[in-house]
Amino acid sequence: MAKRQYAFYPGCSSQKGASASNYLTSVESMCKTLDIQLTEIPDWNCCGASISYAEAGELPRHVMNARNFALSEANLPGQDIVATCAACWLGAKESKERIEHSSQLMADTQEALKEAGLSIKVMPEIRHMAEVLVEDFGFEELGRHVKNPLQGLKFAGYVGCQTNRPFGIAGENFENPMYLDKIIETMGGEAVPYDQKVTCCGGALAFSEPDKAQAQIKDIIEAAYDGGAEMIVTPCPLCQANVEIYQGHINKKYGTKFNIPVLYYSQLMTIAYGGSAKEAGLDGQVIRAPKLEALAK
Amino acid sequence: MSANQEMAVRYKNNFLKEVEQQVEMGEWVKMCMQCGVCSGSCPTNFHPGWEHPPQEIFMMIRAGKREEVLSSPSMWMCTSCYNCIVRCPRKLPITHIMHGLAEYAYELGLAPKVQPTKNLSKLFWENATKTGRINELTFSLGMYFKDAEGKINIGQGIKKGLEMQKVALGLLKAKRLNLFEIFGGHKCKDQKGIHAMLAKAYALESKRKGRHVG
Amino acid sequence: MAEEKKFAAYICKGCGLGDRLDVDALAGVAQKEGKMQVVRQHDFLCNADGVAMIKNDIANEGVTHIMIAACSRRAKTEAFFFPNNAVARTNLREGVIWIRPDTEEARETTQDMAEDYVRMGCAEVKAMTAPAGNANTGSNRTLLVVGGGLTGMTAALEASKTGYPVVLVEKSGQLGGWAAKLWKRIPAHEPFKAPADTGIADMAAQIAADPNIKVYLNSTIAKTDGAPGRFVVQIATESGAVSTEDIGSIIQATGFDLYDANRLPHLGYGKSPNVVDQAGLEALAKAANGGPILRPSDGKPVTSVAFVQCAGQRDTSGEHLPYCSGYCCNASIKQAMYFKDSNPAIDTTVIYTDLRTPGNGEDFYRSAQEKGVIFTKGKVGSVAPGGNNCVVNFHDLILDDQNAQIEADLVVLATGQVPNSGINIDMSAEEKAEEAAAEAAAAEATASGAQPLQFSKKVSVLNLTYRQGADIPQFKWGFTDSHFICFPYETRRTGIYTAGPVRRPMDMVQAREDATGAALKAIQALENAQLGRAAHPRSGDLSFPKVRLEGCTQCKRCTVECPFGAIDEDERRFPLFNESRCRRCGTCMGACPVRVISFENYSVDTVGSQIKAVDIPDEFSEKPRILILACENDAYPALDMAAMKRNEYSAFVRVIPVRCLGSVNTIWITDALNAGYDGVMLMGCKHGEDYQCHFVKGSELGRYRLSKVGDTLKNMNLETERVKDLEVAITDIDNLPRIINEYAQQIVDMGMSPFKGF
Repeated sequence: MAKRQYAFYPGCSSQKGASASNYLTSVESMCKTLDIQLTEIPDWNCCGASISYAEAGELPRHVMNARNFALSEANLPGQDIVATCAACWLGAKESKERIEHSSQLMADTQEALKEAGLSIKVMPEIRHMAEVLVEDFGFEELGRHVKNPLQGLKFAGYVGCQTNRPFGIAGENFENPMYLDKIIETMGGEAVPYDQKVTCCGGALAFSEPDKAQAQIKDIIEAAYDGGAEMIVTPCPLCQANVEIYQGHINKKYGTKFNIPVLYYSQLMTIAYGGSAKEAGLDGQVIRAPKLEALAK
Repeated sequence: MSANQEMAVRYKNNFLKEVEQQVEMGEWVKMCMQCGVCSGSCPTNFHPGWEHPPQEIFMMIRAGKREEVLSSPSMWMCTSCYNCIVRCPRKLPITHIMHGLAEYAYELGLAPKVQPTKNLSKLFWENATKTGRINELTFSLGMYFKDAEGKINIGQGIKKGLEMQKVALGLLKAKRLNLFEIFGGHKCKDQKGIHAMLAKAYALESKRKGRHVG
Repeated sequence: MAEEKKFAAYICKGCGLGDRLDVDALAGVAQKEGKMQVVRQHDFLCNADGVAMIKNDIANEGVTHIMIAACSRRAKTEAFFFPNNAVARTNLREGVIWIRPDTEEARETTQDMAEDYVRMGCAEVKAMTAPAGNANTGSNRTLLVVGGGLTGMTAALEASKTGYPVVLVEKSGQLGGWAAKLWKRIPAHEPFKAPADTGIADMAAQIAADPNIKVYLNSTIAKTDGAPGRFVVQIATESGAVSTEDIGSIIQATGFDLYDANRLPHLGYGKSPNVVDQAGLEALAKAANGGPILRPSDGKPVTSVAFVQCAGQRDTSGEHLPYCSGYCCNASIKQAMYFKDSNPAIDTTVIYTDLRTPGNGEDFYRSAQEKGVIFTKGKVGSVAPGGNNCVVNFHDLILDDQNAQIEADLVVLATGQVPNSGINIDMSAEEKAEEAAAEAAAAEATASGAQPLQFSKKVSVLNLTYRQGADIPQFKWGFTDSHFICFPYETRRTGIYTAGPVRRPMDMVQAREDATGAALKAIQALENAQLGRAAHPRSGDLSFPKVRLEGCTQCKRCTVECPFGAIDEDERRFPLFNESRCRRCGTCMGACPVRVISFENYSVDTVGSQIKAVDIPDEFSEKPRILILACENDAYPALDMAAMKRNEYSAFVRVIPVRCLGSVNTIWITDALNAGYDGVMLMGCKHGEDYQCHFVKGSELGRYRLSKVGDTLKNMNLETERVKDLEVAITDIDNLPRIINEYAQQIVDMGMSPFKGF
């Protein structure tokens, strides 16, 4: 199969030394196996995420995303933009939809972009890495590269919100999306059934309303344990961080004894594809995943 | 006249019309059929202190309860999970309307004074637009050194900082928090362009919505 | 048929019958015990060759009576259609091999079952004669349509287009009914976004131009005599003249009145001219003729309007209408658009508890929202009338505000539909007293000038000369009775159909559909009457009740119990059957204490001789026998379907289909118990308020009669459990076999009946 090329939009959290740097590490390893060439959009900027609305307003938010579209098309013409962060994907896709929908918004956007010496000529497609895997490769192709199946390991596929709603992966059901479970199973692991697969982790409110967010996170982890999971897997940096790093707080508050590793699908795939623990960024876990590390070659 | 007074006068008592013209996706409010699916789907529903679910907010808008809506903390509780959007049988973009209402309330100075998510929003956007990218360290420090009203409060910051110490240490150990970010860290090259672009965007938006350029 | 009877039995070996059963033995039973003169077996009886064999026997061997032992009587009805012969079907497939396990140990009891069914089939056919039908019951082909509103006009036009002459009677001076009073109608076509023209003027013009439709205006029905195919109807015109028309069948489309808003003084009606009902608003809109709608109090354009939904409807206090009329939400949406379409600045609010917009109303509702109509979920407590505006006080159900208020220039009350169904012939003594009291109170109030309380005494619509009353029986709240699920237009008076809001509350789209359906049913009825055939559910049946008057004791049970008013009394007080009114349910036959009523193909004897034909093993055989009398409309098909699913049940039961539980004569049960049956199960449809009985009252009357069987059991010293009454629905496919098996076990546990061998 020929090399596939995409314009890469890593997002703020997936930079070196940032909170999702282990995501970046594993995505790079996974892409090597799948012969995917990711080229970073030069000088990309923040998407605004879904929390900046109050200060940002409407147009400035869309303009920020539009700048990335313009840079991508100017430097990597014809390539789909691929985001690994769920919020980046959602923010960018939403801006694209709105701008395309309204000629007024398009005109205003172009006028603002002009100030940065840019303009949108062709609107690129905005895709999440999970979409690329499911749609451009398909589970059969993804399974063909498995060298080190994750036999006997039980994962709770935590899809969460933003790869699932409001856009979602084509053909999936909002209430019970299956793509993540299928990835886990394609890698040889077991996807356990549990009832908080698409529950919100609190998102950015983990910062501003920690008590409320942590109550939700507790429900998610509890359900994963109840389902018999040994590890949680997610496609979203904020989900990963929220569910992983507050377990200590939650234990203290609720008297629980949570200690469940929270991983990215790309880490599972890297290990299953025969990569090392380091290539999978497993050293980037706050709660280490010894069972997965033991399996790694 | 304050921005708030000015808008109140401009729209007389027609709050629905005000929302339709001033609030992002506000023109959808009238299409709500009061089924309550959004209320039942909101994760915030599980927590006490949640004043008005979206269904109620929409009804209040139609009933002209301007002050009550705009000063409500409810919109600020949105976690952006988008559950309401995908379940709404009338396809109202509820999440965006909630964000839009929060933005408008904030713009008019009616948002609750003590509202941590409001501060978070401001901090996030300022942090992101300063260099073009979020600096996670200064962002978190900023979050923890500000009190409930958004003012710098070193005492509180130290207390919260201590609470968060373990979290931060964990991230540091995992090389997912870089203390050197304090000296700048990740940023865009064309910051000047970004700032000019955003200034233009603000000006255009204010003009379009007939708001004062602040 | 004067010719000699010749009996023939045909036993099928197809569908596995030949493998599972000893067919030679069955043939032996038919010949020796059944006394069949011709007995034939066939590998595939329903194929062309098998049917040809039977036809050949009829033509060349003089066979008159045919017993077919094959599949259920509900299967292969076209192949086994021999209209000039008496035909009995005995059910070896669904009744035996499909409900029994194919095992060695089951073989004997399965064969016992099959042999009994052959005995029963032979006994039945011997007691039957081929129904000849009575074609002389009337041949009028004209439809009478009572009511010239949208429903009546539609029915008249549809019938006329199909080639049938129509007499259309309207009590007012013009056609159109309520629809003619509307400014616009709820849209019936895409995109369902704006009020549309009513189309009534066009329909009236079509009727005027149609030579096939004769219209009587300012007229009412003075008398309806006769039966389907031979109705004689007297039409009284305003001038006092009476015309007589010969009619084949009748459609009653007498529509509705709005619920009287005078009963809603708390909503301001009558206290302010600015409070109107929906008809009042239509009148204002018509007067405005597209211009701004004016406030009645001072003639200034309305700047704000509030619609109060469910005014006097969905009432739980017992004071007002308990039901939802179903159309008023859409009607208020339409009326709200009258305002918004002419001037978007008019504040237009609809206060509702549940917005119900059937049909394509959801699109219409959305369109109103887009136009800026405000919908507020709330319950209106009162309307306070002011000089030129009113204050609507309501409980906002979303914001839970008990003291919510809206000010409006005009308030519109959505009051709902009350049927114009004539008099309630089933009114109880208390209800009659209540009505009389209300009438007296109204008269007193009017006399003292205290308040304009209206009371309209019900007058008959059809003035039927039927023994059971002058109008169609009513269901709830004055709506005419119909089998709601299966036969919506049918009433309990054969050949008379009701359509439109007199039958249930409805909108114009539904009323048109109703009218079309009723027109077709009415045509079918008059055609059936000409041929002497039954209407539903035994459509096409040529049998009809015959009564041996010399044995009649004039007890009147048949005339009272007939659910369809088919039986009048003659001047000597004997029952007088009107065949074309009859649905052939047999309720009269079940009721008759002296058993003088029978059908050619269904009688006390056809069932009784089957009961007696069953071989009852002795007390020590450990083979009890249970008789099942199963309603052919629901229970018998449920048993057939259970068989199709191969749900097994006890080999101890013997099933006989009956036309209705109402046709079950208690003698059958006494006979069965005397013959040594160990148990009797009766399977009939649900009765009561939400009845499922296809003959409306049949199962109820049957059950009432059977409730007295307990005494018989006591006299015989038998356990009351030996007779079991079961309510069965057609969907009880999996339940029924289980219930049968449980009952069979109960009988085994109870022990055998002591009446064996007498």
